[in-house]
Amino acid sequence: MSALAAAAAVSIAVGAETLSVQRVIEALSGASDDPTATTIVRESRVPRTVAAILVGAGLAVAGAVIQAMTRNPLADPGILGVSAGSAFAVALGVGFLGVSGTLGTLPFAFAGALVTAVAVFAIGGSGTSSARLVLAGVAFGAVLAGITRAIVLSDPKAFNTMRAWNAGSLEGRGWEHAAPVIAFVLLGLAMAMAITPSLNATALGDDTARALGARLLRTRVVSLLSITLLAGSATAVAGPIVFVGLMIPHAARALVGLDQRWIIGVSAVLGPVLVLASDILGRIALPNGELPVGVVTAFLGAPVLIAIVRRRQVVSL
Amino acid sequence: MNTLLRTRAATTLLLSVALVAAIVMLGLGDYPMSVPQVVRALVDPSTGFDHTVVVEWRLPRVVSALLVGACLGVSGAIFQSLTANPLGSPDVIGFSTGAYTGALIAMTVLGLGLGGATVGAIVGGLGTAAIVYVLAFRQGVLGFRLVVVGVGVTAMMSALNTWLLMRAQLEVALGAAIWGAGSFSLTNATDAWVLGGTLLLATATLRAVAPSLRQLELGDDTSRAHGVRVEPARLALLVIGVVLVAVPTALVGPIAFIALAAPQVAARITRSAGLPLIASAAVGALVLVLADGVAQHALPGGVPVGTVTVVIGGCYLVWLLAAETRRR
Repeated sequence: MSALAAAAAVSIAVGAETLSVQRVIEALSGASDDPTATTIVRESRVPRTVAAILVGAGLAVAGAVIQAMTRNPLADPGILGVSAGSAFAVALGVGFLGVSGTLGTLPFAFAGALVTAVAVFAIGGSGTSSARLVLAGVAFGAVLAGITRAIVLSDPKAFNTMRAWNAGSLEGRGWEHAAPVIAFVLLGLAMAMAITPSLNATALGDDTARALGARLLRTRVVSLLSITLLAGSATAVAGPIVFVGLMIPHAARALVGLDQRWIIGVSAVLGPVLVLASDILGRIALPNGELPVGVVTAFLGAPVLIAIVRRRQVVSL
Repeated sequence: MNTLLRTRAATTLLLSVALVAAIVMLGLGDYPMSVPQVVRALVDPSTGFDHTVVVEWRLPRVVSALLVGACLGVSGAIFQSLTANPLGSPDVIGFSTGAYTGALIAMTVLGLGLGGATVGAIVGGLGTAAIVYVLAFRQGVLGFRLVVVGVGVTAMMSALNTWLLMRAQLEVALGAAIWGAGSFSLTNATDAWVLGGTLLLATATLRAVAPSLRQLELGDDTSRAHGVRVEPARLALLVIGVVLVAVPTALVGPIAFIALAAPQVAARITRSAGLPLIASAAVGALVLVLADGVAQHALPGGVPVGTVTVVIGGCYLVWLLAAETRRR
């Protein structure tokens, strides 16, 4: 929790326009007499920080739920193509139906995430081989990302709207992006928390879970809806960001053990820390301009993926 | 004998289909021409404008697409044979992305021209493939582990590529970005000649070592018993396979999934026991010419052919996985 607070504070304090800590605090509390500082802090940095927290919590918890539900240590909304499906649906909406704004694109983001998740699980067959699921997700993601790129490249208007967004970036995210998804992220988190007892039971295998009284179908449906809400919201705010949902649940398991209630709770805190840290890193990694947060998480997360496949014989969790 | 005949017939058929597709592509464009018109313009310089359009404007691009497809198909067949794994193709094991990283470092950090970029692409591609192979190696290279490690390293390399692109100056970055998408829009006759020379040289060398490739598919011990010197043969094949993917990547940028899909499709069509080299070349050439046709004519401008092949190849992978799941 304190790590999250520290990361949020740094995120608000660091940026292209150098402001002293004292002036940032003044701007936040409304005591500042400098209108520029107030605008930068309140209209740009605070909403961006809120957006990062929402994205981080959404992706990390979605990753934790997917890993628990599929018993697959390699599952992640980005790797499994769920984020790419979400982005693809948004590109369809922007390119062909002319929707705009976060509220307009949200339904598309949700629909894309849900359809892709169902399709990938159907083809990859949850439980048979964890690597096969990854392969199905990567193949699906590559196809959808390719078509998304084709749509975006062939429509100048869509290109303009989607350019920054498609890279997985938090640049220029304001209240108008963050505010509409707060309710959906909270709902998704609540659903994830509600099914943790059943997820604990399904971790023991389908038969044992049934014997323990878990309702498998209901657990799967609620898991899927929760993943859809969380990953879809995150994608609608920041575009496809990979590996957050992979790394954080593993870190959480290492910290608190195998109880899903704790894993999901800790993921909801650690996810935002990672996204905030990556975003800050992206802001200072270039001499001018900034690196999209999705690029930073990919660079940090890929070694984790490799370490996981190397460490264990890729078996079910 | 029957299978051999079938393989030959199927290979000839595939080559002819690729040629016909290329001739049809030569007729497409803002100035459409019928197939007889194209053929006449090809062989008869006195057709004037038609000759200019076909031979000077469209031929380099179509021939390059054919040759790049053939190179990638053969390279994929070699790599998949060597790794004894249908997923061990150069694009999956990170070669293409790594080649791009190498070229980017040469162009944006060292400030080298196109020649330096080519060397950078080869070094970067080889280095990345080696890293992926070593990381995936643990009591042998398991198919799926190779792919997942490849996915991870590719993700890291593309992140690195984005960073390199964004910190470079705009003009350098723009040139590098066009290259990185994998496109034939800038290919000229020189490229086509270079590609043709590469393919010819590689084929000549392959004729000498191809018999040992067949033996290697049977396993190291068997091939040793049959008198093949395993390590030199493997090294020679590896070098040919790398050259066949590095030269096209350096000239037109990374083009994904052809090396992955072409050998498997060719093996299914010809029903040969091993991975057929010539048929793989034919399938690769056919697919890439068609993909470039789609990128050029069917889609609104600006979509690079690399994007089209990603979609085709991804669909192929999905189909492969779905077919396997059904079989269980």
